[in-house]
Amino acid sequence: MSNKLDAKIPEGPIADKWTKYRSTVPLVNPANKRSLEIIVVGTGLAGASAAATLAEMGYKVKAFCFQDSPRRAHSIAAQGGINAAKNYQNDGDSVYRLFYDTIKGGDYRSREGNVHRLAEVSGSIIDQCVAQGVPFAREYGGLLSNRSFGGTQVQRTFYAAGQTGQQLLLGAYSGLERQVGIGNVTMYTRHEMLDVVTIDGKARGIIAKNLVTGELERHFGHSVLLCTGGYGNVFYLSTNAMGSNVTAAWKAHKKGANFANPCYTQIHPTCIPVSGDHQSKLTLMSESLRNDGRIWVPKKQNDTRLGNDIPEEERDYYLERRYPAFGNLVPRDIASRAAKERCDAGYGVGASKMAVYLDYAYAIERYGKIEANKKNMHNASKEEISEMGKAVVKEKYGNLFDMYKQITGEDPYELPMRIYPAVHYTMGGLWVDYNLMTNVPGLYALGEANFSDHGANRLGASALMQGLADGYFVIPYTIGSYLSSEIRTKAISTDHPAFAEAEKAVRERINKLLNIKGKQSPESFHKRLGKIMWDKCGMARSEKGLKEAIAEIQALKNEFWSDVRILGDADEFNPELDKAGRVADFIELGELMCVDALNRNESCGGHFREEYQTEEGEALRDDENFMYVAAWEYEGESKWNLNPEPLIYENIKIAQRSYK
Amino acid sequence: MNLTLKVWRQKNKKVNGKLETYQVAGISEDMSFLEMFDVLNERLVSEGTEPIAFDHDCREGICGMCSMYINGQPHGPLQGVTTCQLHMRSFKDGDTIVVEPWRAVAFPVIKDLVVDRSSFDRIIASGGFISVNTGNAQDGNSLPIPKDDADKAFMAAACIGCGACVSACKNASAMLFVSAKVSQLALLPQGQPERQDRAMKMVAQMDAEGFGTCTNTGACAAECPKEISLENIARLNREYLGASLGSTN
Ligand SMILES: Cc1cc2nc3c(=O)[nH]c(=O)nc-3n(C[C@H](O)[C@H](O)[C@H](O)COP(=O)(O)OP(=O)(O)OC[C@H]3O[C@@H](n4cnc5c(N)ncnc54)[C@H](O)[C@@H]3O)c2cc1C
Ligand code: SF4
Ligand code: FES
Repeated sequence: MSNKLDAKIPEGPIADKWTKYRSTVPLVNPANKRSLEIIVVGTGLAGASAAATLAEMGYKVKAFCFQDSPRRAHSIAAQGGINAAKNYQNDGDSVYRLFYDTIKGGDYRSREGNVHRLAEVSGSIIDQCVAQGVPFAREYGGLLSNRSFGGTQVQRTFYAAGQTGQQLLLGAYSGLERQVGIGNVTMYTRHEMLDVVTIDGKARGIIAKNLVTGELERHFGHSVLLCTGGYGNVFYLSTNAMGSNVTAAWKAHKKGANFANPCYTQIHPTCIPVSGDHQSKLTLMSESLRNDGRIWVPKKQNDTRLGNDIPEEERDYYLERRYPAFGNLVPRDIASRAAKERCDAGYGVGASKMAVYLDYAYAIERYGKIEANKKNMHNASKEEISEMGKAVVKEKYGNLFDMYKQITGEDPYELPMRIYPAVHYTMGGLWVDYNLMTNVPGLYALGEANFSDHGANRLGASALMQGLADGYFVIPYTIGSYLSSEIRTKAISTDHPAFAEAEKAVRERINKLLNIKGKQSPESFHKRLGKIMWDKCGMARSEKGLKEAIAEIQALKNEFWSDVRILGDADEFNPELDKAGRVADFIELGELMCVDALNRNESCGGHFREEYQTEEGEALRDDENFMYVAAWEYEGESKWNLNPEPLIYENIKIAQRSYK
Repeated sequence: MNLTLKVWRQKNKKVNGKLETYQVAGISEDMSFLEMFDVLNERLVSEGTEPIAFDHDCREGICGMCSMYINGQPHGPLQGVTTCQLHMRSFKDGDTIVVEPWRAVAFPVIKDLVVDRSSFDRIIASGGFISVNTGNAQDGNSLPIPKDDADKAFMAAACIGCGACVSACKNASAMLFVSAKVSQLALLPQGQPERQDRAMKMVAQMDAEGFGTCTNTGACAAECPKEISLENIARLNREYLGASLGSTN
């Protein structure tokens, strides 16, 4: 295997790597920091925490986001919680256990060094957030409360009702705005990065479009951090916010940054099912609901009775049946496939038959009884117990239940919820080394935008952890190893030919798009791409399907570039034009995802190739041939070169993943 | 169902806008209000008319980006719901629906239904935070916080910064928004050291941005999609008064 990419994992025992590295990484003195400029693109959890922390340290920071405020980044929508190995519950948690769970959850396709570091810094994240005033859920004694998430047997998830992402982001945002107020960060909202500028092979700035005026701007930085989120919207329908897109990462890819494991996508098992063609996005019902809810389908095929009318003995709690050790809390990839399997076999529920039940009746009764005991009500009636149980469930999950009701018109306190898997998260992303630097010197990727820590499947409540780890506790140290050698580089004028050229290319592309003047809207192309991806590169993939998908995507691309219709002009607020640019990038990414999925002749985590499964229908890995990160280098239209980075396990014994 | 929409169209900040009328047909009850706009926009594009610009992102009622003033109410007729979570089952076949942008001096229109709310960010930048640098924190459990206080702080922290409160207020006051942040931090022990300073600075910035004064009409809380309570305004008034009198409680 060629080894073009150096992950730069420090030597030494796993538990010492980070501590040792951190205390030996070169530093930049305070005076020099003031003359070093850092561009942070994206101000979700990863970007806001990085921008705030780097500014606190004394660097000059410019931060960008496409929404009208950093507070609206997609991170705001995260519901269930954030993991940390605090062991506050005294249930046997530890840094090692979080490390182990994450590697196993990722189906042995992530780097030991990175994941251990993530587990090590997880505790400090909670401390930092509490200090910022993040109102985490608490117990009556005033201490922090925890719950469980999939793929673990301990309670290590911290949460703020079903609004954890919101509260964490508002914490990071307040830190960021504090630095804006002081003048250490210049914030550019409603700006979209449209290219990375490289000079002598190093990232030196970006071209950004002011989305209000349409003006193109040039910005210099000694380094550029992409914290631009995931690319789940390549599927059109996903749980991501409407604006989430791959453009920034894709531009970086075309400027030389390798894109790693693009086919690793996470399909989340518990989302509100599609209701019709008009659907613009899918809504997640947090994984935390699997703490207390039980998933089932009727034992009989094509059962048309309402959920409540099906007696207990005619229900198949298929996760509890197939995976007794983890039950309803198996990892997402497994829960999703199991739901698809039942529905495909004709056991689905609801009008579309593409749904399973997530039932709270049992939890309501259980909590009701606990409350009755607490209140010494030994003869509580069924109704009283149910009322008290509903109140507990409301406190824990009230906003999710409200949302379900709002969208479906059904009351989940009375009827089991109907759920089905939906695209949710992308484990793949820009390839980065231990420092979070891409293979383009000076260009970094943080948060969901990089590929680093989750292997082939991310565990619930670990994305928030990773985003904040990257921004608060990793990049502030690792960036020193690059910037310490840049202290003699004076700010480069944006009149430099590299800036002029990059700006010209961006302008030409915009004009090209506007001048096609075809017949079909950018939205309609996005929908069609999404359908190809979901059918052929979604929950189950096959060689035949992927080959078809590649041909279909290439044809779609030609059609797009000859028939897209974009109204309005370049020099005004024009969301259609912005959308068109993003769709064009998604189309190219879609092709690479299929190429990657076709190359990976195995099943692992979220990547399930129908040809590679065990007799029981579980994912069948091929460690001998595929224990590597697939990093793809762009070589021109529809052409990529594969740079595999071998994965080496020195601490964890590789096994077939079992949750039985 | 079939509907008549009257929608505010305005090319940019500099020119005047006006209501345009559109007929939409074949709308299903399960669509969200914004999906109904998607359908209309697709049609406008196919007819060669520029689609209607509106802000939105999460479509889950949490990012605070969507902002339509529907039949005289910010976020429309339902209580405790953002525009993106409003579904067409709240309307009837044959209805006429008037849709306008937020109206406030401090929220200038950018295009059609899109307004500039950067004044909210500047208010937060003036003091809506706890001054703690990364790495300064002590262990999270070293500071027990009574559940009741934590819950109250959480309720105030639920504000999504949408600006509906401003748009609902006849004075275009931002008191509910400011008071939610001031309350969240004043209710927590971590927020105590900067408590008075914070209230003073945020109120000063709010005034500087051109938001109106609060005359206690309560329209803000009635229209707030996150049901932020008027108690927060009372708390802000106490904080502010305490701060300007120099008392230390
Ligand atoms: C509904 C939902 C619930 C979730 N719940 C959980 C949970 O409970 N626990 C958990 O751990 N994870 C959860 N996740 C996953 C998690 O929320 C995300 O992975 C994480 O928040 C991503 O953070 P980020 O900072 O990397 O990116 P984002 O928050 O997506 O931020 C991206 C930023 O980049 C900016 N940007 C993007 N492109 C450009 C560009 N070209 N130019 C300028 N700016 C740009 C955007 O404006 C934004 O500021 C959930 C995800 C979803 C969809
Ligand atoms: S107080 Fe309510 S209406 Fe005002 S910005 Fe916050 S959430 Fe919106
Ligand atoms: S679009 Fe996010 S709150 Fe409505």
